[in-house]
Parts: sequence; structure tokens; C-alpha cells
Amino acid sequence: MYVQYKSVPTRRVDVTKNETTDHHKLLELIALNRDKKAFEQLFIYFAPRVKAVLMKQSSDANTAEDLMQETMLTVWNKADKFSKYRGSVSAWIFTIARNKRIDGYRKQGTKHYLDIEDIELTDDAMGSEEILISNERDKMVTDISNTLPIEQKEIIEMSFVKELSQTEISKKLGIPLGTVKSRMRLAYEKIRKSVEEAL
Amino acid sequence: MNINHHPDETTILSYAAGTLDEAFAVIISCHLQICSTCREAVKTAELIGGSHLEQSEEAPLSQGSFGRLLEKISVEPQAENTHAQSSASQSNETNQAALNPEWSELPLALQSYLTTNIDEIKWKRLAPGVSHHPIKLSENANSSLRLLRIAKGKQMPEHGHNGHELTLILQGAYKDKFGTFAKGDIADLDDDVEHQPKVISDEDCICLAATEAPTKFKSLLGRILQPIVGI
Ligand SMILES: [Zn+2]
Repeated sequence: MYVQYKSVPTRRVDVTKNETTDHHKLLELIALNRDKKAFEQLFIYFAPRVKAVLMKQSSDANTAEDLMQETMLTVWNKADKFSKYRGSVSAWIFTIARNKRIDGYRKQGTKHYLDIEDIELTDDAMGSEEILISNERDKMVTDISNTLPIEQKEIIEMSFVKELSQTEISKKLGIPLGTVKSRMRLAYEKIRKSVEEAL
Repeated sequence: MNINHHPDETTILSYAAGTLDEAFAVIISCHLQICSTCREAVKTAELIGGSHLEQSEEAPLSQGSFGRLLEKISVEPQAENTHAQSSASQSNETNQAALNPEWSELPLALQSYLTTNIDEIKWKRLAPGVSHHPIKLSENANSSLRLLRIAKGKQMPEHGHNGHELTLILQGAYKDKFGTFAKGDIADLDDDVEHQPKVISDEDCICLAATEAPTKFKSLLGRILQPIVGI
């Protein structure tokens, strides 16, 4: 019945805060029940975003589509490992996409990025309180990121969206590497502090 | 393992963003396996990635994208008749070794790069008491990775560094003006840092070292070896 599926809407209604709670729920349904409907909902939200991010990082549309498909396939296959990652669904999917992109050009058979969920000890399901905290943190990171001074925000975006190295950022902006580092450090410390306070 | 030296925050952030070059990423991955503090730090940084993902615009998908994905799912052996309960306990068993917070023979991230254990490595002598074993990376890597072995009691001459360098101690310990670096510790050194490390363990000190490019290592080597070999 799924073969008949035609196309996925690429536009969706605006994001409400409840959606992040739903993402945890959807992932749980996928892990426990191998629920394809839940997977489709997660796909509708994340797939176009994952693809857009990959395209910003120099992948052409076809490569980005392939990497996005591999990313979402891993989400399906590793849904039961998410509880080991213990974080937000979007951060987890971000790491999967990141690792797929990196895997694309690494030496055959080697793996230089570690999947944190493969080494963490805890694997109890996240409790509703933990999910709430995780969502709170998520929201905080977004809020803080948006209020960073422009020169710090710029560097964070060049790192996470364009995936430029510290040296590349320094060249592109024509500023010393030390300045790139100090701006990164300031931004990260602000974000880290807010996340720790949300505990 | 008692870890006292961790990577710089900017290194953690770049790792999370996926912008560290291969040699550096391998070293951070090795350290993450045994350092929960840094795992948390990486996860905090990954929240930034997640937040950008949520706020991202949406790219149009190719026709029938989800349908194709579903077809892959139904042929994936893992997805076939997988029952959550059994798959969870299965992965628990297979991951027992990986769950160990200590490195077993080698750090996980290094295992795919080395075909032998540390004891069987063929060392190439560079100078009295100093040998190395270069590790082959991907063709397009912009960094260079090697194991370094410094004999017990050895005092390196004072030297500076050229570009970013990461060193992870796998065995033994050394001391310099930044403190004592033992198994699991990372020295995250930048340009213009000068130091004079001395091996203080009863055994040789073995570390995994990342430099920005092979030439950078040669120039570092020149500075280290100059006073020894008198060139
Ligand atoms: Zn650490």
C-alpha cells in the first residue's frame, strides 16, 4: 500500500512548540511498533530540512536527496538507540546527517566520527520529565542562538550550516584564527550556560 | 581512567559541527569513548546543529521520495520482523565491549585504522628514543595522524608548534609546563605554544598525534630533532 504513495508535501503549517514533544513520541512509536505512519510524519517534517541543510553544504540536489534518504533510513533503523543519545530529536537527526555527509568522503571502511548512542550506557526510555527538559533546552538553544551578537552568530552559522572549518572561516572573513576561536568560545559558553541552567 | 586534560571548547564545537579534519576527528572520537564530560559538551554543541535544522528552510524532495525510502526499509534485513524488545536486548549484548568506558585493546575509533594491536606495531625510528608509526587516512584528508612512541625518561628539547595539534595519550605519561598528561588526556595545542615534555612513566609513552598537514609534522620534527641529531 505504501508503494502507491505519490509525493510528500514540501510545505507545512507553522511550527508549534508541541511538535518537539511529538517528535519524541513519533520516534518511540517507530522504535517500539515499527510504525510506518509515525515514520512518515517524522519524514514530512525532517526530510526537506535535512535536504536543504545538505544542499547548503555544497551537495548538489541529487547527492543531497541520496544522503537525506540514507539519513532517514538510519533514523528508522536506529530509532531504538535514540534513548541512548538522550537529547533532542533534531540534534540526533543532525548528527546522523552530519555523519552521512562525512562518511561520503572518508576512506573505505574507516569511521572517524563516533556514534555517541553506540557507547552510552543508559538505555532506559526517556521519561516525560526528561523529554520536557530536553525540549526546554532545545528552545533555549534556539533563543540564545538568535540573540547572539552578529559576529558570533555569523561564525556559528558558518560552522554548523556551511560546515566551514575554523581556518576557512578565518580566511573567508579576513580575521585572525584567534579571533574566530574567541568568538566561537564566547558563543558556546553562552549556550552551554543556558543549557546547564535548564537542568 | 582519570582524565585531567580535555580538548578546547572550540575543538569540541568544530567536532560537533563536523568541520574537524579526519586526524583531529579520530582523536576526539577516541577521547569521547572514555570521557563523559566531553560527550555532554559535544551533545550541547549538537543542540546548535539541531536548532539550525529545525529552523532550516525546506528543500523540495524528489518525486516519490518517501515511497522509495519505504521500499528500502522493507528490504533492509534489520527492519524485517524486528521486534523492539528483542532488538533492544540484542544490541545490548553485541555492544557490551563498546559499552565499556575503558578502551579495550585500542580506542574504538582507531580500530578501523590499525590492523594490529599496539604491541605489534612496527615502529620507525626517528631519533634516539623517538619513533613513530604514520596512519593512513582518506585521500582527501587535510591532516596527518601518527602514533608517537617516546622512550621512558626521555626529555624532549624545547620546541614550538606550527598550526593546530592534538595529542592523545594512549600509554604512559609525560609532563610539561601545562601539567602531567596520562592515558586518556588530550593536549590541544595551538600555534606559538612552546613546551619541553618529559616522559615520566615507567613505560614508554605512546600517543596519537594529529597535525594539520604532513609538512607541518616535518617542520615540527625538525625542531624536535635538531638539538638531538645536530643538524
Ligand atoms: Zn574530555
